[in-house]
Amino acid sequence: MLFKSLVHGPLTEAAPAADDGGLAELAAQVDRAARQRLGRTLSIREVDAGSCNGCELEIHALNNIVYDLERFGLRFVASPRHADVLLVTGPVTINMREALERTYQATPSPKWVVAVGDCAQDGGVFAASYATVGGVSAVLPVDLHIRGCPPSPTALLRGLLALLETVQTGAKATPLAASPPAES
Amino acid sequence: MSGDSTVAYALAFARALEAAHGIEVPPRATWLRALMAELERLANHLGDIGAVCNDAAFAMMHAQCGHLREQILRVADACFGHRLMMDRVVPGGVERDLQRDGEKQVHSLLVQIRRRFPELVELYDNTASLQDRTVGTGVLSPALVRQYGCGGYVGRASGRCFDARRTPGYPPYDTLKFEVPVLEDGDVNARLWIRIREVEQSVTLIDQIVQQIPRGPIHELATLRTSEPSEGVALVEGFRGDVLVWLRADAEGSIERCHLRDPSWFQWPLLEAAIEGNIVADFPLCNKSFNCSYSGHDL
Repeated sequence: MLFKSLVHGPLTEAAPAADDGGLAELAAQVDRAARQRLGRTLSIREVDAGSCNGCELEIHALNNIVYDLERFGLRFVASPRHADVLLVTGPVTINMREALERTYQATPSPKWVVAVGDCAQDGGVFAASYATVGGVSAVLPVDLHIRGCPPSPTALLRGLLALLETVQTGAKATPLAASPPAES
Repeated sequence: MSGDSTVAYALAFARALEAAHGIEVPPRATWLRALMAELERLANHLGDIGAVCNDAAFAMMHAQCGHLREQILRVADACFGHRLMMDRVVPGGVERDLQRDGEKQVHSLLVQIRRRFPELVELYDNTASLQDRTVGTGVLSPALVRQYGCGGYVGRASGRCFDARRTPGYPPYDTLKFEVPVLEDGDVNARLWIRIREVEQSVTLIDQIVQQIPRGPIHELATLRTSEPSEGVALVEGFRGDVLVWLRADAEGSIERCHLRDPSWFQWPLLEAAIEGNIVADFPLCNKSFNCSYSGHDL
């Protein structure tokens, strides 16, 4: 089995199967944009503000060998202090509101907030619940929403590309304090 | 509720509502429900098997199992139009039938799993450094499991032979052949082996379902008995254990109260007992071998 893994080509979809639409093209675009703006890295801190964990499953799938997010220089980190992007899921529950605010405060600038999933957009199926305060934008300035219940890994990749392009053109009001680091 | 058990929750909710209103579900719908439930179980168990090994720094299992899991989600998407099959089980039946070449897709998925999974099991079983981390780690006693009425792989790895598909049971499992694996050791290794055995059982179940699924309608248009308030309860075996839904409907048929109980309710407290006396580095292994749901407990 180990030997087979050595001689067998990677299962990562460098040239994805036809059923996956434009993943290869998308992958190349993510790669280009990420390099231009951020050298080779963009660190993402995932924050579950009260989701059903459906979004987490698909975010998690980005790390599997099929999507292999890290090849684009996009990687998940364990602390907001190491992050450029907060990827927030779920309706914001009352109990998670302060934790979310503190996570944002702990993230160094420049920083971006991506709200993932329909719940993060407007509360989704949990909207108007006594236990939630609404979507992520009720608490934090959101740079991008990625819709879906949950969004597929491909949709997530597409969303991260959109964010990178926004960052690049400076179209959003988010202050861009740092100049793009030079490519090494 | 928990998004990773979306089929189990939808099924438990639908069955509770159907019990309250005395709705009969068409046979084909119950078989399609079981197909979705087993696909969900397969995907989650494979994800867990890989993740437990990954917590022992054995990344290859994680990579291989993750790839298999992705194939299952894609087949689910192709068959039912949603990778996690959310909102496909509805009160009265299912929301949609298998897509046209669905049976073929499921069949080729089974071929792939039957070809690749035994190699992974062998790899797990024959890797001493991995066994060193899982065998004898995080032992949970059968007495505690019985005391807490703990279900799922956590209960069955500690000698509690309970599976809601058997007891109380629900169609179509009464007509399907499957075994409920039980072990006594109660360690991380046992919880992993229960999952391995259940992957094998789910594969045979899906095989039977695809071969024997009856034709017919997939949804019963319910005529609600609106004269009096009614209550319903249902127990469904999700991948993590038994999901319970209780609800009460008022005279108009609107839901007045509803309670969803995740299997994690009886598993979280026992994680504390399982980690006692273990080294800190083994906590991730113990935790992942339980894989309790945060949202199932809190949401």
